[in-house]
Amino acid sequence: MEFNAPAGQNLFDRAKIVGKSTPRIDGPLKVTGTAPYAAERHGVAANQAYGWIVGSAIAKGRIRSMDLDAARRAPGVIAIVAATEHEPVGTSDYNYAPLFGGNEVSHYHQAIAVVVAETFEQARSAAGLIGTEYDRVDGSFDLASSKDGAPLASEGGSDFAKLGKFEEAFAAAPVKVDETYTTPDESHAMMEPFATIAAWDGPDLTLWTSNQMIHWGKQAMASILGMPEENVRVDSPFIGGGFGGKLFVRADAVMAALGAKAANRPVKIAMQRPLMFNNGTHRHATIQRLRIGAERDGRITAIAHQNWSGNITQKEGENGTLQTPKLYAGANRLIENRIAQLDLPEGNAMRAPGEAAGHLALEVAMDELAEKLAMDPVELRILNDASGTVPGDPDTKISDRHLVRCLREGAERFGWSKRNAVPGQQRDGRWLTGMGVAAGYRAGPTTKSAARVRMSADGHVTVETDMTDIGTGSYTIIAQTAAETMGLPLESVTVKLGDSSFPVSSGSGGQWGAASSTAGVYAACVNLRRMIGEKLNFDADAANFADGRATLDNQSWRIADAGELTADGEMNYGDFKDGYDVGTYAGHFAEVRVDAYTGETHVTRMLAVCDAGRILNPLSARSQVIGGMVMAAGATLMEDLHVDKRFGFFVNHDLAGYEVPVHADIPHQECIFLDTLDPVISPMKAKGVGELGICGPGAAVANAIYNAIGVRVREYPVTLDKYLDRLPPAA
Amino acid sequence: MPRMTVNERPLEFAMNPETPLLWALRDAANLTGTKYGCGTGDCGACMVLIDGEALRSCLITIAEAEGRFITTIEGLSRDRSHPVQQALVAQQAIQCGFCTPGIAIAAAALIQRNSDPSKEQIEAAVPNLCRCGVYPRLVAAIQQAGRVSRRQERISAAPAPGISGEDAARTVPAMVAPDVGTGPED
Repeated sequence: MEFNAPAGQNLFDRAKIVGKSTPRIDGPLKVTGTAPYAAERHGVAANQAYGWIVGSAIAKGRIRSMDLDAARRAPGVIAIVAATEHEPVGTSDYNYAPLFGGNEVSHYHQAIAVVVAETFEQARSAAGLIGTEYDRVDGSFDLASSKDGAPLASEGGSDFAKLGKFEEAFAAAPVKVDETYTTPDESHAMMEPFATIAAWDGPDLTLWTSNQMIHWGKQAMASILGMPEENVRVDSPFIGGGFGGKLFVRADAVMAALGAKAANRPVKIAMQRPLMFNNGTHRHATIQRLRIGAERDGRITAIAHQNWSGNITQKEGENGTLQTPKLYAGANRLIENRIAQLDLPEGNAMRAPGEAAGHLALEVAMDELAEKLAMDPVELRILNDASGTVPGDPDTKISDRHLVRCLREGAERFGWSKRNAVPGQQRDGRWLTGMGVAAGYRAGPTTKSAARVRMSADGHVTVETDMTDIGTGSYTIIAQTAAETMGLPLESVTVKLGDSSFPVSSGSGGQWGAASSTAGVYAACVNLRRMIGEKLNFDADAANFADGRATLDNQSWRIADAGELTADGEMNYGDFKDGYDVGTYAGHFAEVRVDAYTGETHVTRMLAVCDAGRILNPLSARSQVIGGMVMAAGATLMEDLHVDKRFGFFVNHDLAGYEVPVHADIPHQECIFLDTLDPVISPMKAKGVGELGICGPGAAVANAIYNAIGVRVREYPVTLDKYLDRLPPAA
Repeated sequence: MPRMTVNERPLEFAMNPETPLLWALRDAANLTGTKYGCGTGDCGACMVLIDGEALRSCLITIAEAEGRFITTIEGLSRDRSHPVQQALVAQQAIQCGFCTPGIAIAAAALIQRNSDPSKEQIEAAVPNLCRCGVYPRLVAAIQQAGRVSRRQERISAAPAPGISGEDAARTVPAMVAPDVGTGPED
């Protein structure tokens, strides 16, 4: 199916099942421990052996030697695949750092061996007997000292853009902000480690793994191992969290495949948690300079956002500027995104790459501007709202945007009028209290996506697509989509996901999964309706499908009478979308209290009012948004991979040292969806929300802390050591 | 060879006594509902009930579990309808689901002791990490489970899938890889 023009009325607008809060259909499996995640698929291949990955103990240099004799003689050891005895594996379009790179070491904890043994403990014990000698060389590990002279990530697009005359306009502006903000490296820290069971059957490799993007994984494994794509199968029906960390195959998949080949047995690897932070990818640290100039009435006349981050191959940094051309008006603009070369582990996508870090700078700068203008920060944002075309790209139309409604409704619901604009003034017993606001923008992309639907003789429909459910609720919204389109109750639909033998979907990433994968399922269902119509001799496009029957002109057919049928479908998007910016928008509000004596911060309330088109399942969408708000609170208050700048690695590489929000950190949260439809995104008019929830709430929390204590911290995370000595007098 | 009771079945693990209970349960007894998240007691994904207390099975060897009464997520209730399991579904306090079994175990232990816990008591008794961020919904779910256990409310949100509590520990292959097709999945 081709989507070549904005959607008009279509059968999806009936919305009998989509748009209704629907408990996730995979819930019962998950609460009973019966959902099969990668490392426990004992039934898929007999005689599984255990693999243990050895990580490099240096960040950069060369392996001089590996003594493998003692490990090979250790009890239970079946095979060892070691860097000194193996050619570097190939690369793929999806990996920057080598996943198994021979003697060259390019980052700390790069995989240098896998030990395969009869038991997990034997594999781990034997790995400890490997003696590795290195020739270590110095590397570049500090963004701040590497940023000067860093080149633009690219010459155009989102990396460098000028509009009007920024320097002159900024110099002339009567009110201005010029501040620099830093965000640290962060880890996805998903609860399920990277895990793969690999088995060979002649030339065919099967990977039961945990991966967000099945087709990318299949392509990457073929490219890395130098084998035809059709010989690789990837299966990943349940994923214990990804957040971008599982967009690409990692060392667990590669080393399990190599280990299984060497051992001539299926091999299972669940990567040990302490290896994950340096072996896998992370969100890159950023340094961001914001300059905003405004008239005294608050109208922005000049805005510049410069961003620096670093990566191992000097590609794909964390582009904090992404939301800045979209959010606010202003005639004179500058965007620069620069990237330095660093020898840290590979930086790559983590939930809302770019925008998540970018809002922490832009939306605090807006707060600072509002204070200089003596203006309410909600009103400042509303005054500078954009309409019609994208402020930083006037040739691009805005598809559908209701940011002002998000902010107004949020302010009303949150009780914003009770905020004291003068910081450090609001006391509640021993607590200093404050409120903060931020706007949120995250792109709403789509990508082509396919599905297959099978109808059985009794009219039950089974959907097959290689789409994944990483906790987002894909199973449920796909079932709702098929049920809606076919006019069936939800129980008459079964959904099968995550297998590369199914049609290629969008996969889960970039907040495109919900919108794209359901569109593909819709396309397949429309084809199935037409097949039913041909079989029973009626015009399916004109008929009304409901309750297992199709009705047209006083005639009615039981759809199951068409017999067993299988239809494929794919949604493709036309060039017309290039003329539009499809975005999702939010107004984020937070309230905090800071202990006037100890400086300890507690978030007490959070609210997001979201504009993301049709909400396919308000229940799971809400979960996505408030889950993003939790992660955003983590980014502002605690998350911080500490870089050892001498030896080049993340020091706190476990769940004890890398702090993420826990129960006691997270208070009352509310999430409201505006009742909007975006006809430009797809026939469903629905946009994703999984990343909108992390774009803005962190800045709202930071602004609330400022409102509470009157101290502005511009180095994230906002931990108490950075403001304790400047708290207002307590007595 | 350490012996214990797992999900009401007597078991003897033909394994090194120093093996963490987590690995014995997952890999030998094929009770894979208990998850490996960190192996060092930080995350709580591996929690099981040991003599009624929610403990991290990655930190306990099977020698230490000798003679004790272990309940895993598979055995939490005979037909998988424990109030906590039903309330977690009803309140949608589940996303990726990987932390869910450990949380259900911690919550079940709490409800057993105190069927009317406050928000603060829940926060203290359920220290499990959830990266999807279900926390506020969890408080609502556990309080609802408490009401159900006090017979003040009825829910029926989670129909029992697949295997029964009896099946769960019937075969203990102890380091013999299960035959293809006999796993709990597929």
